[in-house]
Amino acid sequence: MDAKRITELSIIANKVRKNALCGVYNAASGHPGGSLSIADVLTYLYFEEMNIDPKNPTMEDRDRFVLSKGHTAPALYGTLAERGFFDPAEMKNLRSFGSFLQGHPVLGKVPGVDMSTGSLGQGVCVAGGMALAAKLDNKDYRVYSILGDGELEEGQVWEQAMFAPHYKLDNFMIFVDNNGLQIDGDITKVMNPTPIDEKFKAFGWHVIKCSAHDFNELEAAVAEAKATKGKPTAVIMKSVKGKNVSFMENNAAWHGSAPNEEQYNQAIAELNEKIAGLEAQL
Amino acid sequence: MGKTATRVSYGNALVKYGIPNPNVVVLDADLSKSTKTDTFKKECPERFINMGIAEADMMCVAAGLASCGKIAFASTFAMFAAGRAFEQIRNSIGYPHLNVKIGATHAGISVGEDGASHQCLEDIGLMRTIPGMVVINPADDIEAQLAVKAAIEHDGPVYMRFGRLAVEDVNPADYKFELGKGVTLKDGTDVTLIGTGLMVQESLKAAELLAADGISARVINIHTIKPIDAELITKAAKETGAIVTAEEHYIMGGLGSAVSEVVCQNAPCPVKIIGTEQFGQSGKPAELFEAYGLTAENIAKQAREVIAKK
Repeated sequence: MDAKRITELSIIANKVRKNALCGVYNAASGHPGGSLSIADVLTYLYFEEMNIDPKNPTMEDRDRFVLSKGHTAPALYGTLAERGFFDPAEMKNLRSFGSFLQGHPVLGKVPGVDMSTGSLGQGVCVAGGMALAAKLDNKDYRVYSILGDGELEEGQVWEQAMFAPHYKLDNFMIFVDNNGLQIDGDITKVMNPTPIDEKFKAFGWHVIKCSAHDFNELEAAVAEAKATKGKPTAVIMKSVKGKNVSFMENNAAWHGSAPNEEQYNQAIAELNEKIAGLEAQL
Repeated sequence: MGKTATRVSYGNALVKYGIPNPNVVVLDADLSKSTKTDTFKKECPERFINMGIAEADMMCVAAGLASCGKIAFASTFAMFAAGRAFEQIRNSIGYPHLNVKIGATHAGISVGEDGASHQCLEDIGLMRTIPGMVVINPADDIEAQLAVKAAIEHDGPVYMRFGRLAVEDVNPADYKFELGKGVTLKDGTDVTLIGTGLMVQESLKAAELLAADGISARVINIHTIKPIDAELITKAAKETGAIVTAEEHYIMGGLGSAVSEVVCQNAPCPVKIIGTEQFGQSGKPAELFEAYGLTAENIAKQAREVIAKK
Protein backbone atom coordinates (compact mmCIF):
# COMPACT_ATOMS: atom_id res chain seq x y z
CA MET A 1 0.00 0.00 0.00
CA ASP A 2 1.45 3.38 -0.85
CA ALA A 3 2.27 5.84 1.88
CA LYS A 4 -0.39 8.30 0.78
CA ARG A 5 -3.15 5.72 1.07
CA ILE A 6 -1.91 4.69 4.49
CA THR A 7 -2.09 8.31 5.58
CA GLU A 8 -5.60 8.64 4.17
CA LEU A 9 -6.75 5.50 5.96
CA SER A 10 -5.13 6.66 9.17
CA ILE A 11 -7.09 9.90 8.96
CA ILE A 12 -10.33 7.97 8.41
CA ALA A 13 -9.58 5.62 11.32
CA ASN A 14 -9.07 8.58 13.63
CA LYS A 15 -12.36 10.08 12.43
CA VAL A 16 -13.97 6.72 13.22
CA ARG A 17 -12.47 6.99 16.71
CA LYS A 18 -13.91 10.50 17.06
CA ASN A 19 -17.32 9.23 15.95
CA ALA A 20 -17.16 6.39 18.45
CA LEU A 21 -16.19 8.69 21.31
CA CYS A 22 -18.84 11.24 20.31
CA GLY A 23 -21.43 8.48 20.64
CA VAL A 24 -20.18 7.14 23.96
CA TYR A 25 -19.74 10.62 25.45
CA ASN A 26 -23.22 11.79 24.50
CA ALA A 27 -24.75 8.51 25.65
CA ALA A 28 -22.73 8.75 28.87
CA SER A 29 -22.29 4.99 28.51
CA GLY A 30 -20.79 2.45 26.16
CA HIS A 31 -17.50 0.79 25.41
CA PRO A 32 -14.72 3.11 24.23
CA GLY A 33 -11.61 0.99 24.86
CA GLY A 34 -12.39 -1.91 22.53
CA SER A 35 -13.93 0.46 20.01
CA LEU A 36 -10.70 2.38 19.65
CA SER A 37 -8.66 -0.82 19.29
CA ILE A 38 -10.62 -2.02 16.22
CA ALA A 39 -10.97 1.31 14.40
CA ASP A 40 -8.07 0.56 12.05
CA VAL A 41 -9.19 -2.90 10.98
CA LEU A 42 -12.76 -1.70 10.45
CA THR A 43 -11.44 1.16 8.37
CA TYR A 44 -9.32 -1.23 6.33
CA LEU A 45 -12.23 -3.62 5.71
CA TYR A 46 -14.86 -1.00 4.87
CA PHE A 47 -12.65 1.37 2.86
CA GLU A 48 -10.26 -1.01 1.10
CA GLU A 49 -11.52 -4.51 1.11
CA MET A 50 -15.20 -5.28 1.32
CA ASN A 51 -17.55 -5.36 -1.63
CA ILE A 52 -20.32 -3.20 -0.21
CA ASP A 53 -22.45 -0.30 -1.36
CA PRO A 54 -23.55 2.35 1.14
CA LYS A 55 -26.40 3.25 -1.20
CA ASN A 56 -27.58 -0.37 -1.26
CA PRO A 57 -26.75 -1.80 2.16
CA THR A 58 -28.60 -5.08 1.52
CA MET A 59 -27.02 -5.69 -1.90
CA GLU A 60 -27.47 -9.42 -2.49
CA ASP A 61 -23.94 -10.66 -3.00
CA ARG A 62 -22.15 -8.14 -0.81
CA ASP A 63 -19.40 -9.19 1.53
CA ARG A 64 -20.70 -9.62 5.06
CA PHE A 65 -19.33 -8.33 8.33
CA VAL A 66 -20.38 -9.45 11.80
CA LEU A 67 -19.13 -7.62 14.87
CA SER A 68 -19.06 -10.56 17.24
CA LYS A 69 -17.78 -8.29 20.01
CA GLY A 70 -20.99 -6.32 19.62
CA HIS A 71 -20.36 -4.02 22.58
CA THR A 72 -17.90 -2.10 20.41
CA ALA A 73 -20.78 -0.97 18.22
CA PRO A 74 -19.58 2.67 18.48
CA ALA A 75 -16.62 1.77 16.25
CA LEU A 76 -18.80 -0.10 13.74
CA TYR A 77 -21.37 2.70 13.62
CA GLY A 78 -18.56 5.25 13.40
CA THR A 79 -17.10 3.37 10.42
CA LEU A 80 -20.44 2.95 8.66
CA ALA A 81 -21.11 6.66 9.12
CA GLU A 82 -17.73 7.64 7.64
CA ARG A 83 -18.34 5.23 4.75
CA GLY A 84 -21.63 6.95 3.93
CA PHE A 85 -24.21 4.50 5.22
CA PHE A 86 -25.71 7.28 7.34
CA ASP A 87 -24.98 10.80 8.54
CA PRO A 88 -22.10 10.93 11.08
CA ALA A 89 -24.16 13.56 12.96
CA GLU A 90 -26.34 10.63 14.09
CA MET A 91 -23.52 9.42 16.32
CA LYS A 92 -24.52 11.81 19.08
CA ASN A 93 -27.83 9.91 19.38
CA LEU A 94 -26.10 6.62 20.16
CA ARG A 95 -27.98 4.66 22.83
CA SER A 96 -30.67 7.30 23.17
CA PHE A 97 -34.38 6.52 23.20
CA GLY A 98 -35.82 6.23 19.71
CA SER A 99 -32.44 6.21 17.97
CA PHE A 100 -31.65 3.54 15.39
CA LEU A 101 -28.17 3.42 16.92
CA GLN A 102 -28.96 0.94 19.66
CA GLY A 103 -26.42 0.06 22.32
CA HIS A 104 -25.49 -3.06 20.39
CA PRO A 105 -25.79 -3.67 16.63
CA VAL A 106 -29.24 -4.52 15.26
CA LEU A 107 -29.97 -6.12 11.93
CA GLY A 108 -32.55 -4.22 9.93
CA LYS A 109 -32.26 -1.06 11.99
CA VAL A 110 -28.80 0.24 11.15
CA PRO A 111 -27.92 0.46 7.45
CA GLY A 112 -24.85 -1.70 6.86
CA VAL A 113 -25.23 -3.90 9.93
CA ASP A 114 -25.44 -7.53 8.77
CA MET A 115 -26.34 -9.12 12.11
CA SER A 116 -27.60 -8.27 15.57
CA THR A 117 -24.89 -9.02 18.10
CA GLY A 118 -24.00 -8.23 21.66
CA SER A 119 -24.20 -11.58 23.39
CA LEU A 120 -20.62 -12.75 23.09
CA GLY A 121 -19.77 -15.87 21.13
CA GLN A 122 -22.84 -15.77 18.91
CA GLY A 123 -21.78 -13.40 16.15
CA VAL A 124 -18.86 -15.50 14.98
CA CYS A 125 -21.17 -18.52 14.73
CA VAL A 126 -23.70 -16.54 12.69
CA ALA A 127 -20.85 -15.38 10.46
CA GLY A 128 -19.90 -19.01 9.90
CA GLY A 129 -23.47 -19.66 8.77
CA MET A 130 -23.22 -16.79 6.28
CA ALA A 131 -19.98 -18.21 4.91
CA LEU A 132 -21.65 -21.61 4.52
CA ALA A 133 -24.57 -19.97 2.70
CA ALA A 134 -22.14 -18.52 0.16
CA LYS A 135 -20.61 -21.96 -0.36
CA LEU A 136 -24.01 -23.64 -0.76
CA ASP A 137 -24.98 -21.09 -3.39
CA ASN A 138 -21.59 -21.12 -5.15
CA LYS A 139 -21.25 -17.41 -4.56
CA ASP A 140 -17.99 -15.65 -4.05
CA TYR A 141 -18.86 -13.19 -1.32
CA ARG A 142 -16.65 -13.28 1.74
CA VAL A 143 -17.52 -13.04 5.41
CA TYR A 144 -15.53 -11.16 8.04
CA SER A 145 -15.95 -11.10 11.79
CA ILE A 146 -14.14 -9.43 14.68
CA LEU A 147 -13.99 -11.12 18.08
CA GLY A 148 -12.59 -9.91 21.34
CA ASP A 149 -9.81 -11.89 22.98
CA GLY A 150 -11.87 -12.09 26.15
CA GLU A 151 -14.75 -13.34 24.01
CA LEU A 152 -12.73 -16.48 23.33
CA GLU A 153 -13.68 -17.55 26.84
CA GLU A 154 -17.21 -18.21 25.54
CA GLY A 155 -17.49 -21.94 24.83
CA GLN A 156 -19.52 -21.63 21.67
CA VAL A 157 -16.66 -19.81 19.94
CA TRP A 158 -14.91 -23.18 19.92
CA GLU A 159 -17.96 -24.93 18.53
CA GLN A 160 -17.63 -22.58 15.57
CA ALA A 161 -13.86 -23.02 15.60
CA MET A 162 -14.52 -26.70 14.82
CA PHE A 163 -17.30 -25.99 12.34
CA ALA A 164 -15.62 -23.56 9.92
CA PRO A 165 -12.57 -25.76 9.12
CA HIS A 166 -14.81 -28.86 8.98
CA TYR A 167 -16.81 -27.27 6.17
CA LYS A 168 -13.66 -25.78 4.59
CA LEU A 169 -14.99 -22.23 4.77
CA ASP A 170 -12.07 -20.49 3.07
CA ASN A 171 -14.35 -17.51 2.37
CA PHE A 172 -14.44 -16.84 6.11
CA MET A 173 -11.95 -14.67 7.96
CA ILE A 174 -11.99 -13.71 11.60
CA PHE A 175 -9.95 -11.11 13.45
CA VAL A 176 -9.22 -11.53 17.13
CA ASP A 177 -8.80 -8.13 18.75
CA ASN A 178 -5.97 -9.15 21.02
CA ASN A 179 -5.72 -6.12 23.29
CA GLY A 180 -5.12 -8.35 26.31
CA LEU A 181 -7.75 -6.76 28.52
CA GLN A 182 -11.29 -7.63 29.50
CA ILE A 183 -13.62 -5.96 32.00
CA ASP A 184 -12.06 -7.53 35.07
CA GLY A 185 -8.50 -6.98 33.86
CA ASP A 186 -5.71 -8.92 32.15
CA ILE A 187 -7.18 -11.77 30.08
CA THR A 188 -4.47 -14.16 31.24
CA LYS A 189 -5.42 -13.51 34.86
CA VAL A 190 -9.22 -13.55 34.45
CA MET A 191 -9.43 -16.77 32.38
CA ASN A 192 -6.41 -17.37 30.24
CA PRO A 193 -7.35 -17.99 26.59
CA THR A 194 -3.72 -18.13 25.40
CA PRO A 195 -2.02 -19.40 23.34
CA ILE A 196 -4.68 -18.10 20.96
CA ASP A 197 -2.76 -18.76 17.75
CA GLU A 198 -1.95 -22.36 18.64
CA LYS A 199 -5.54 -23.05 19.65
CA PHE A 200 -6.91 -21.91 16.28
CA LYS A 201 -4.14 -23.82 14.47
CA ALA A 202 -5.08 -26.95 16.38
CA PHE A 203 -8.72 -26.47 15.34
CA GLY A 204 -7.66 -26.39 11.68
CA TRP A 205 -7.54 -22.68 10.88
CA HIS A 206 -4.92 -20.87 8.88
CA VAL A 207 -3.48 -18.48 11.45
CA ILE A 208 -1.83 -15.12 10.86
CA LYS A 209 -0.41 -12.81 13.50
CA CYS A 210 -0.23 -9.12 12.80
CA SER A 211 -0.62 -5.66 14.25
CA ALA A 212 -4.14 -4.27 14.47
CA HIS A 213 -2.78 -0.80 13.78
CA ASP A 214 -0.63 -1.36 10.66
CA PHE A 215 -2.50 -1.10 7.36
CA ASN A 216 0.25 -2.86 5.43
CA GLU A 217 0.09 -5.83 7.75
CA LEU A 218 -3.72 -5.90 7.63
CA GLU A 219 -3.62 -5.76 3.84
CA ALA A 220 -1.11 -8.61 3.72
CA ALA A 221 -3.17 -10.67 6.14
CA VAL A 222 -6.32 -10.32 4.04
CA ALA A 223 -4.42 -11.15 0.86
CA GLU A 224 -2.95 -14.24 2.52
CA ALA A 225 -6.40 -15.32 3.75
CA LYS A 226 -7.84 -14.96 0.25
CA ALA A 227 -5.02 -17.06 -1.16
CA THR A 228 -5.55 -19.77 1.45
CA LYS A 229 -7.82 -22.48 0.11
CA GLY A 230 -9.72 -25.15 1.98
CA LYS A 231 -9.65 -23.57 5.42
CA PRO A 232 -10.79 -20.39 7.16
CA THR A 233 -8.31 -17.82 8.42
CA ALA A 234 -7.95 -16.44 11.91
CA VAL A 235 -5.93 -13.26 12.28
CA ILE A 236 -4.67 -12.69 15.78
CA MET A 237 -4.22 -8.92 15.83
CA LYS A 238 -2.07 -7.44 18.55
CA SER A 239 -3.92 -4.30 19.48
CA VAL A 240 -3.91 -1.50 21.99
CA LYS A 241 -7.12 -1.05 23.92
CA GLY A 242 -8.02 2.64 23.81
CA LYS A 243 -5.65 3.20 20.88
CA ASN A 244 -4.75 6.84 20.08
CA VAL A 245 -6.23 8.38 23.21
CA SER A 246 -3.34 8.66 25.64
CA PHE A 247 -5.18 8.17 28.90
CA MET A 248 -7.33 5.32 27.59
CA GLU A 249 -4.53 3.23 26.13
CA ASN A 250 -3.96 -0.15 27.81
CA ASN A 251 -6.34 0.68 30.62
CA ALA A 252 -9.12 -1.84 31.35
CA ALA A 253 -11.03 0.87 33.22
CA TRP A 254 -12.02 2.26 29.79
CA HIS A 255 -13.61 -1.01 28.70
CA GLY A 256 -17.10 0.11 29.54
CA SER A 257 -17.12 3.64 30.89
CA ALA A 258 -17.76 6.95 29.19
CA PRO A 259 -15.47 9.95 29.41
CA ASN A 260 -16.62 13.07 31.25
CA GLU A 261 -16.64 16.40 29.41
CA GLU A 262 -13.05 17.25 30.22
CA GLN A 263 -11.81 13.80 29.25
CA TYR A 264 -13.87 13.84 26.08
CA ASN A 265 -12.49 17.22 25.05
CA GLN A 266 -8.96 16.02 25.68
CA ALA A 267 -9.54 12.82 23.68
CA ILE A 268 -10.98 14.78 20.75
CA ALA A 269 -8.12 17.27 20.93
CA GLU A 270 -5.59 14.44 20.78
CA LEU A 271 -7.34 12.84 17.80
CA ASN A 272 -7.68 16.21 16.03
CA GLU A 273 -3.98 16.77 16.51
CA LYS A 274 -3.22 13.36 14.98
CA ILE A 275 -5.52 14.08 12.06
CA ALA A 276 -3.94 17.49 11.47
CA GLY A 277 -0.48 15.93 11.52
CA LEU A 278 -1.55 13.28 9.02
CA GLU A 279 -3.26 15.80 6.76
CA ALA A 280 -0.06 17.81 6.70
CA GLN A 281 1.64 14.77 5.18
CA LEU A 282 -0.75 14.62 2.26
CA MET B 1 -56.56 -44.66 11.76
CA GLY B 2 -52.78 -44.97 11.78
CA LYS B 3 -50.26 -44.32 14.49
CA THR B 4 -47.26 -42.12 13.80
CA ALA B 5 -44.74 -40.26 15.92
CA THR B 6 -44.77 -36.59 14.94
CA ARG B 7 -40.96 -36.67 14.66
CA VAL B 8 -41.44 -39.13 11.80
CA SER B 9 -43.96 -36.73 10.26
CA TYR B 10 -41.33 -34.00 10.59
CA GLY B 11 -38.75 -35.98 8.64
CA ASN B 12 -41.28 -36.92 5.96
CA ALA B 13 -42.57 -33.37 5.65
CA LEU B 14 -39.04 -32.02 5.23
CA VAL B 15 -38.71 -34.31 2.23
CA LYS B 16 -42.19 -33.60 0.87
CA TYR B 17 -42.30 -29.83 1.32
CA GLY B 18 -38.67 -28.95 1.94
CA ILE B 19 -36.92 -30.53 -1.02
CA PRO B 20 -39.04 -28.74 -3.69
CA ASN B 21 -38.09 -25.39 -2.12
CA PRO B 22 -34.43 -24.75 -3.04
CA ASN B 23 -33.99 -22.36 -0.12
CA VAL B 24 -34.69 -24.99 2.52
CA VAL B 25 -31.65 -26.32 4.38
CA VAL B 26 -31.72 -28.70 7.33
CA LEU B 27 -29.31 -28.65 10.25
CA ASP B 28 -29.01 -31.29 12.92
CA ALA B 29 -26.77 -31.76 15.94
CA ASP B 30 -25.80 -35.43 15.60
CA LEU B 31 -29.35 -36.65 16.20
CA SER B 32 -30.65 -37.06 12.67
CA LYS B 33 -31.59 -40.71 13.20
CA SER B 34 -33.73 -39.70 16.19
CA THR B 35 -35.12 -36.38 14.92
CA LYS B 36 -35.77 -38.14 11.58
CA THR B 37 -34.03 -35.46 9.58
CA ASP B 38 -32.03 -38.37 8.20
CA THR B 39 -34.86 -38.87 5.70
CA PHE B 40 -34.04 -35.44 4.28
CA LYS B 41 -30.31 -36.15 4.48
CA LYS B 42 -30.76 -39.30 2.36
CA GLU B 43 -32.76 -37.51 -0.32
CA CYS B 44 -30.94 -34.20 -0.31
CA PRO B 45 -27.47 -34.50 1.28
CA GLU B 46 -26.24 -31.28 -0.34
CA ARG B 47 -28.71 -29.27 1.74
CA PHE B 48 -28.19 -31.16 4.99
CA ILE B 49 -25.66 -29.84 7.50
CA ASN B 50 -24.49 -31.91 10.41
CA MET B 51 -23.38 -29.53 13.14
CA GLY B 52 -21.99 -32.14 15.50
CA ILE B 53 -23.06 -31.96 19.12
CA ALA B 54 -23.13 -28.17 19.21
CA GLU B 55 -26.61 -26.73 19.62
CA ALA B 56 -25.56 -23.18 20.45
CA ASP B 57 -23.50 -22.99 17.28
CA MET B 58 -26.28 -24.67 15.29
CA MET B 59 -28.86 -22.00 16.17
CA CYS B 60 -26.44 -19.23 15.24
CA VAL B 61 -25.31 -20.90 12.00
CA ALA B 62 -28.99 -21.33 11.13
CA ALA B 63 -29.42 -17.60 11.76
CA GLY B 64 -26.48 -16.82 9.47
CA LEU B 65 -27.89 -19.03 6.72
CA ALA B 66 -31.31 -17.41 7.11
CA SER B 67 -29.80 -13.93 6.90
CA CYS B 68 -28.47 -14.95 3.47
CA GLY B 69 -31.87 -16.09 2.18
CA LYS B 70 -32.09 -19.67 3.39
CA ILE B 71 -35.06 -21.21 5.19
CA ALA B 72 -33.04 -22.96 7.86
CA PHE B 73 -34.52 -25.87 9.82
CA ALA B 74 -32.51 -26.45 12.99
CA SER B 75 -33.25 -29.78 14.59
CA THR B 76 -32.46 -31.37 17.89
CA PHE B 77 -34.27 -32.55 20.99
CA ALA B 78 -36.55 -29.94 22.56
CA MET B 79 -34.40 -29.94 25.68
CA PHE B 80 -31.32 -28.84 23.77
CA ALA B 81 -33.16 -26.48 21.43
CA ALA B 82 -35.43 -24.45 23.70
CA GLY B 83 -33.42 -25.27 26.81
CA ARG B 84 -29.72 -25.28 26.08
CA ALA B 85 -29.86 -22.82 23.20
CA PHE B 86 -32.56 -20.50 24.53
CA GLU B 87 -30.42 -17.41 24.51
CA GLN B 88 -29.03 -18.09 21.04
CA ILE B 89 -32.61 -18.48 19.80
CA ARG B 90 -33.67 -15.27 21.54
CA ASN B 91 -30.78 -13.07 20.51
CA SER B 92 -29.64 -14.47 17.16
CA ILE B 93 -32.97 -15.72 15.75
CA GLY B 94 -35.83 -13.98 17.56
CA TYR B 95 -34.38 -10.47 17.95
CA PRO B 96 -33.32 -10.13 14.29
CA HIS B 97 -36.53 -12.01 13.29
CA LEU B 98 -34.72 -14.46 11.03
CA ASN B 99 -36.30 -17.19 9.00
CA VAL B 100 -35.21 -20.10 11.15
CA LYS B 101 -37.53 -23.02 11.85
CA ILE B 102 -36.71 -24.97 14.96
CA GLY B 103 -37.70 -28.61 14.73
CA ALA B 104 -37.68 -29.73 18.35
CA THR B 105 -38.31 -33.42 18.77
CA HIS B 106 -38.57 -35.65 21.83
CA ALA B 107 -40.58 -33.00 23.66
CA GLY B 108 -42.56 -33.74 26.78
CA ILE B 109 -42.81 -36.62 29.18
CA SER B 110 -43.62 -39.12 26.43
CA VAL B 111 -39.88 -39.40 25.75
CA GLY B 112 -40.26 -42.02 28.45
CA GLU B 113 -37.30 -44.15 29.42
CA ASP B 114 -34.60 -41.47 28.96
CA GLY B 115 -35.93 -39.76 32.07
CA ALA B 116 -36.17 -36.21 33.32
CA SER B 117 -32.91 -34.91 31.79
CA HIS B 118 -34.44 -35.40 28.35
CA GLN B 119 -38.12 -34.75 29.09
CA CYS B 120 -38.48 -31.12 28.07
CA LEU B 121 -41.52 -29.69 29.85
CA GLU B 122 -40.72 -26.00 29.66
CA ASP B 123 -40.12 -25.34 25.96
CA ILE B 124 -43.55 -23.90 25.13
CA GLY B 125 -43.17 -21.40 27.95
CA LEU B 126 -39.63 -20.46 26.97
CA MET B 127 -40.39 -20.04 23.28
CA ARG B 128 -43.64 -18.19 23.87
CA THR B 129 -41.78 -15.37 25.61
CA ILE B 130 -39.80 -14.47 22.50
CA PRO B 131 -41.51 -11.69 20.52
CA GLY B 132 -42.41 -12.77 16.98
CA MET B 133 -41.82 -16.48 17.62
CA VAL B 134 -44.54 -18.81 16.35
CA VAL B 135 -45.01 -21.91 18.55
CA ILE B 136 -46.70 -25.01 17.15
CA ASN B 137 -47.40 -28.28 18.96
CA PRO B 138 -49.06 -30.62 16.46
CA ALA B 139 -51.33 -33.46 17.56
CA ASP B 140 -50.86 -36.04 14.84
CA ASP B 141 -49.17 -36.98 11.60
CA ILE B 142 -51.07 -34.82 9.15
CA GLU B 143 -51.04 -31.82 11.46
CA ALA B 144 -47.30 -32.14 12.00
CA GLN B 145 -46.66 -32.38 8.27
CA LEU B 146 -48.85 -29.41 7.49
CA ALA B 147 -47.18 -27.45 10.29
CA VAL B 148 -43.85 -27.92 8.51
CA LYS B 149 -45.44 -26.74 5.27
CA ALA B 150 -46.90 -23.70 7.04
CA ALA B 151 -43.52 -22.98 8.66
CA ILE B 152 -41.86 -22.91 5.24
CA GLU B 153 -44.52 -20.49 3.98
CA HIS B 154 -44.35 -18.26 7.09
CA ASP B 155 -41.72 -15.52 7.05
CA GLY B 156 -40.07 -15.49 10.47
CA PRO B 157 -39.00 -17.78 13.27
CA VAL B 158 -41.11 -20.83 14.12
CA TYR B 159 -40.73 -23.36 16.93
CA MET B 160 -42.25 -26.76 16.19
CA ARG B 161 -42.65 -29.31 18.95
CA PHE B 162 -42.63 -32.95 17.96
CA GLY B 163 -42.90 -36.16 19.96
CA ARG B 164 -41.02 -39.44 20.06
CA LEU B 165 -44.08 -41.55 20.79
CA ALA B 166 -46.32 -42.88 18.00
CA VAL B 167 -49.76 -41.29 18.37
CA GLU B 168 -53.14 -41.97 16.84
CA ASP B 169 -54.51 -39.70 14.15
CA VAL B 170 -57.09 -37.22 15.35
CA ASN B 171 -57.53 -35.29 12.13
CA PRO B 172 -59.15 -36.46 8.89
CA ALA B 173 -57.13 -37.08 5.73
CA ASP B 174 -58.51 -33.90 4.14
CA TYR B 175 -57.53 -31.80 7.17
CA LYS B 176 -56.79 -28.14 6.49
CA PHE B 177 -54.17 -26.62 8.77
CA GLU B 178 -54.30 -22.92 9.43
CA LEU B 179 -51.50 -21.30 11.41
CA GLY B 180 -52.87 -19.58 14.52
CA LYS B 181 -56.34 -21.12 14.25
CA GLY B 182 -57.67 -23.58 16.79
CA VAL B 183 -59.82 -26.48 15.65
CA THR B 184 -63.14 -27.36 17.26
CA LEU B 185 -63.20 -31.14 17.10
CA LYS B 186 -66.46 -31.60 18.97
CA ASP B 187 -69.12 -29.11 19.97
CA GLY B 188 -70.44 -28.94 23.51
CA THR B 189 -72.10 -26.58 25.98
CA ASP B 190 -71.13 -27.48 29.57
CA VAL B 191 -67.33 -27.25 29.47
CA THR B 192 -64.52 -26.81 26.95
CA LEU B 193 -61.59 -29.20 26.89
CA ILE B 194 -58.59 -27.59 25.21
CA GLY B 195 -55.73 -29.88 24.33
CA THR B 196 -52.46 -29.56 22.48
CA GLY B 197 -50.18 -32.22 21.05
CA LEU B 198 -50.99 -35.72 22.19
CA MET B 199 -53.38 -34.38 24.83
CA VAL B 200 -55.84 -33.62 22.02
CA GLN B 201 -56.55 -37.32 21.69
CA GLU B 202 -56.99 -37.64 25.46
CA SER B 203 -59.33 -34.65 25.50
CA LEU B 204 -61.50 -36.32 22.86
CA LYS B 205 -61.62 -39.49 24.95
CA ALA B 206 -62.44 -37.43 28.04
CA ALA B 207 -65.38 -35.87 26.18
CA GLU B 208 -66.72 -39.38 25.56
CA LEU B 209 -66.40 -40.23 29.25
CA LEU B 210 -68.24 -37.02 30.15
CA ALA B 211 -70.94 -37.69 27.55
CA ALA B 212 -71.68 -40.99 29.28
CA ASP B 213 -72.55 -38.89 32.36
CA GLY B 214 -74.69 -36.53 30.32
CA ILE B 215 -72.11 -33.75 30.29
CA SER B 216 -71.66 -31.94 26.98
CA ALA B 217 -67.99 -31.12 26.45
CA ARG B 218 -66.59 -29.04 23.63
CA VAL B 219 -63.14 -30.14 22.45
CA ILE B 220 -60.67 -27.71 20.91
CA ASN B 221 -57.27 -28.52 19.47
CA ILE B 222 -54.84 -25.65 19.90
CA HIS B 223 -51.91 -26.61 17.68
CA THR B 224 -50.58 -23.06 17.45
CA ILE B 225 -49.92 -21.87 20.96
CA LYS B 226 -48.51 -18.62 19.68
CA PRO B 227 -50.15 -16.67 18.18
CA ILE B 228 -53.06 -18.23 20.03
CA ASP B 229 -56.60 -18.28 18.67
CA ALA B 230 -58.03 -15.81 21.19
CA GLU B 231 -61.31 -15.50 19.35
CA LEU B 232 -62.11 -19.21 19.50
CA ILE B 233 -61.06 -19.48 23.16
CA THR B 234 -63.04 -16.40 24.21
CA LYS B 235 -66.11 -17.76 22.45
CA ALA B 236 -65.71 -21.10 24.22
CA ALA B 237 -65.30 -19.37 27.60
CA LYS B 238 -68.47 -17.33 27.04
CA GLU B 239 -70.53 -20.23 25.71
CA THR B 240 -69.47 -23.03 28.05
CA GLY B 241 -68.35 -21.06 31.13
CA ALA B 242 -65.66 -23.55 32.16
CA ILE B 243 -62.37 -24.68 30.62
CA VAL B 244 -59.90 -27.51 31.16
CA THR B 245 -56.54 -27.36 29.40
CA ALA B 246 -54.27 -30.37 28.98
CA GLU B 247 -50.68 -30.46 27.82
CA GLU B 248 -47.51 -32.47 28.11
CA HIS B 249 -45.73 -29.49 29.67
CA TYR B 250 -45.37 -27.71 32.99
CA ILE B 251 -48.51 -26.02 34.19
CA MET B 252 -46.53 -22.78 34.11
CA GLY B 253 -45.95 -21.03 30.82
CA GLY B 254 -47.55 -23.43 28.38
CA LEU B 255 -50.99 -23.92 26.85
CA GLY B 256 -52.77 -23.47 30.18
CA SER B 257 -51.05 -20.14 30.76
CA ALA B 258 -51.72 -18.99 27.21
CA VAL B 259 -55.42 -19.91 27.46
CA SER B 260 -55.70 -18.28 30.90
CA GLU B 261 -54.17 -15.06 29.57
CA VAL B 262 -56.94 -14.94 26.98
CA VAL B 263 -59.76 -15.99 29.28
CA CYS B 264 -58.97 -13.77 32.24
CA GLN B 265 -58.71 -10.71 30.02
CA ASN B 266 -61.69 -11.39 27.76
CA ALA B 267 -64.23 -13.67 29.42
CA PRO B 268 -63.25 -14.77 32.94
CA CYS B 269 -64.42 -18.25 33.86
CA PRO B 270 -63.06 -21.17 35.91
CA VAL B 271 -60.02 -22.77 34.24
CA LYS B 272 -58.23 -25.95 35.29
CA ILE B 273 -54.74 -26.43 33.93
CA ILE B 274 -53.58 -30.02 33.55
CA GLY B 275 -49.87 -30.55 33.07
CA THR B 276 -46.82 -31.57 35.02
CA GLU B 277 -45.59 -29.91 38.19
CA GLN B 278 -42.37 -31.82 38.85
CA PHE B 279 -39.41 -33.18 36.93
CA GLY B 280 -40.32 -36.39 35.14
CA GLN B 281 -38.70 -39.80 35.51
CA SER B 282 -37.94 -42.93 33.52
CA GLY B 283 -40.81 -45.17 32.57
CA LYS B 284 -43.07 -46.18 29.73
CA PRO B 285 -45.06 -43.25 28.36
CA ALA B 286 -48.37 -44.78 29.47
CA GLU B 287 -47.05 -45.21 33.00
CA LEU B 288 -45.86 -41.61 33.05
CA PHE B 289 -49.14 -40.23 31.69
CA GLU B 290 -50.92 -42.09 34.46
CA ALA B 291 -48.50 -40.89 37.15
CA TYR B 292 -48.75 -37.23 36.10
CA GLY B 293 -52.47 -37.12 35.39
CA LEU B 294 -52.17 -36.76 31.63
CA THR B 295 -55.08 -39.09 30.94
CA ALA B 296 -58.63 -38.88 29.62
CA GLU B 297 -59.86 -40.02 33.05
CA ASN B 298 -58.13 -37.15 34.82
CA ILE B 299 -59.27 -34.61 32.23
CA ALA B 300 -62.85 -35.82 32.73
CA LYS B 301 -62.48 -35.68 36.53
CA GLN B 302 -61.09 -32.15 36.41
CA ALA B 303 -63.87 -31.15 34.02
CA ARG B 304 -66.50 -32.23 36.54
CA GLU B 305 -64.74 -30.17 39.24
CA VAL B 306 -64.38 -27.07 37.11
CA ILE B 307 -68.04 -27.27 36.09
CA ALA B 308 -68.94 -27.28 39.79
CA LYS B 309 -67.13 -23.94 40.18
CA LYS B 310 -69.27 -22.19 37.57
